[in-house]
Amino acid sequence: MKNVLGLLCLLVIVIALAIIPLFGLRALVQDLFMVLCLLVLALNWNMLAGFAGLVSVGQQLFVGVGAYVMFAAAILWGLDPLTGGLIGGLVAMVLAVPVAFFVFRLNGAYFAIGTWAVAEIARLSFSQWRALGGGTGTALPRGAARDMPGVQLIRDVLGVSPAAAVDMLTYWLALGLVVAMLVASWMFLRSRMGLGLQAVRDNPVAARSVGVDPVRLKALVFLLTAFATGICGALIFIQTGRISPDSAFSVIDWTAFVIFIVVIGGIGTLPGPIIGVLVFYGLQSLLSDYGTVYLIVLGVLGIVVMLFARRGLWGAFTQWTGFDLLPLEHTPPKSAETGDRGKT
Amino acid sequence: MIWLDTLLQGLLLGGLYALFAAGLSLVFGIMRLVNLAHGDLIVLGAYVILGIGTAFGLNPFVAALIALPLMFLLGWVLQTVLLNRVLGDDILPPLLVTFGLSVVIQNALLEGFSADSRKLPVGPIEAESFSIGSVSIGVMPLVTFGSAILVILCLNWIFYRTALGRAFRATSDDAVTAQLMGIRPKRVFALATGIALVVATIAALYLGARANFDPSIGPARLLYAFEAVIIGGLGSLWGTLIGGLVIGVAQAFGAALNPEWQILAGHIAFVLILLVRPRGLFPRAYD
Repeated sequence: MKNVLGLLCLLVIVIALAIIPLFGLRALVQDLFMVLCLLVLALNWNMLAGFAGLVSVGQQLFVGVGAYVMFAAAILWGLDPLTGGLIGGLVAMVLAVPVAFFVFRLNGAYFAIGTWAVAEIARLSFSQWRALGGGTGTALPRGAARDMPGVQLIRDVLGVSPAAAVDMLTYWLALGLVVAMLVASWMFLRSRMGLGLQAVRDNPVAARSVGVDPVRLKALVFLLTAFATGICGALIFIQTGRISPDSAFSVIDWTAFVIFIVVIGGIGTLPGPIIGVLVFYGLQSLLSDYGTVYLIVLGVLGIVVMLFARRGLWGAFTQWTGFDLLPLEHTPPKSAETGDRGKT
Repeated sequence: MIWLDTLLQGLLLGGLYALFAAGLSLVFGIMRLVNLAHGDLIVLGAYVILGIGTAFGLNPFVAALIALPLMFLLGWVLQTVLLNRVLGDDILPPLLVTFGLSVVIQNALLEGFSADSRKLPVGPIEAESFSIGSVSIGVMPLVTFGSAILVILCLNWIFYRTALGRAFRATSDDAVTAQLMGIRPKRVFALATGIALVVATIAALYLGARANFDPSIGPARLLYAFEAVIIGGLGSLWGTLIGGLVIGVAQAFGAALNPEWQILAGHIAFVLILLVRPRGLFPRAYD
């Protein structure tokens, strides 16, 4: 019963978020767009670090590749940015295969540094791509974003300016991506494979002894999160309209913030990143007048959470109240002695 | 001859990277702690030297002497108060705590010293050089290189010839058994981090003397340092020196081909070596 209530709650929140653009608050829509994108990245990183035990510091690699391929598709091949974004996600996933061959040979800390080094190589290589502006970057061609499928429809129905229609479309796509990520993560984690993954995280030796192949599962998660991260990267830069190697492969924006969001909210829990992104957005808006102070607060908060509540705010909350919005546990089968067989 | 010159400049640059890496290697080797704040601690050291130097009108070399015990104390406190609490089987908590520390240090420096780039004024020695045959060698890079060798020698001496070093190695191999012998791992760790920050301060002196620095350059230095540690192999200090030299030489040759390829060449050398030897060149310890 609690589950149904929780799901209903989530549904109401999603609908509320979906109708926000209809009230024409463009600045808010743009802010929330970034929040939703960070949430997508956070959900992906949480899958990697929280469930698959892959602590990557190089997810900006896939953000950047997704975004750059989208730009290449729009500028060099004349495709519309949405198709380009999809291709960007696919290319990010394909690229994840050789990257996985390299970084999966490394363990723990070596893995973290290895992924970071690969992302740096990509940043420096993409800044050699003269057709896309080299080190200084480039902008989407005029009108490319406005010609995306769906923009005209939004304009006709709502009668808004083209720029506002682009904002709305990217916002709804980001919201859709969040919902898709949440549903996919939940279903994956509740599946046989997800169960195996969590078993590997909790006790690798025991998991292997019952026939779970950790490397295969981890590689699968690595590829799938690369795909979603790539698409999200492309979407972010459709909305931004400008790209440069430093912004697309920024370790601060696309990995550091994301790590804080997940850690503060609760690593290894599904609602954790949602809580984390709310805290992040709140801090950013509250302290925006004080320059970099919010980063210091964010850093301190991350340290405090790691010291006193390893499972973040959401983990502390569930432990305290016993309520979980998106529980991953399976109901244990009732034991035979109590005579309750068949009721589950 | 241009290649010989490039090789030499690369080796000298590698000495600086080895200095960045030596403290990290020590801490990583003893307690498997991945200190993501190491680069920012080096930058912090540079600002401390700069601050002492300007406040008392001292030469950076003298100011560094005053900074050394301060940084040792900082390392000791950091380990005792913060890092000892998160060490364990799980690598995630220390990783994230030092990551948080990195962001805090970086932005605190930004608030305190602004984003302007600074330099340590070491005086006329900065521009001096001498020539051997057709290659000319700067005095400062040579002093840096010599210091790197000296630091590694000292660390090796501590590690293999003193009671403290025995405690380091024992704790690294098996912390529980070391405790049975009357060693307190947490105290040993605090001393190790203190020593690591002393080395970081020496690195900071040469970093600030060689080029401009600002609060944001820490993470890039951390990456070079970590690559050097990993290339060298876990727990091997001479390996770390070789790792630094490999990165330095790769960067110098990359820069000789095309100035934009300098950093790229260093990272690619790292990836290539790890592809062949995933544990680095001279791993001492297995984990």
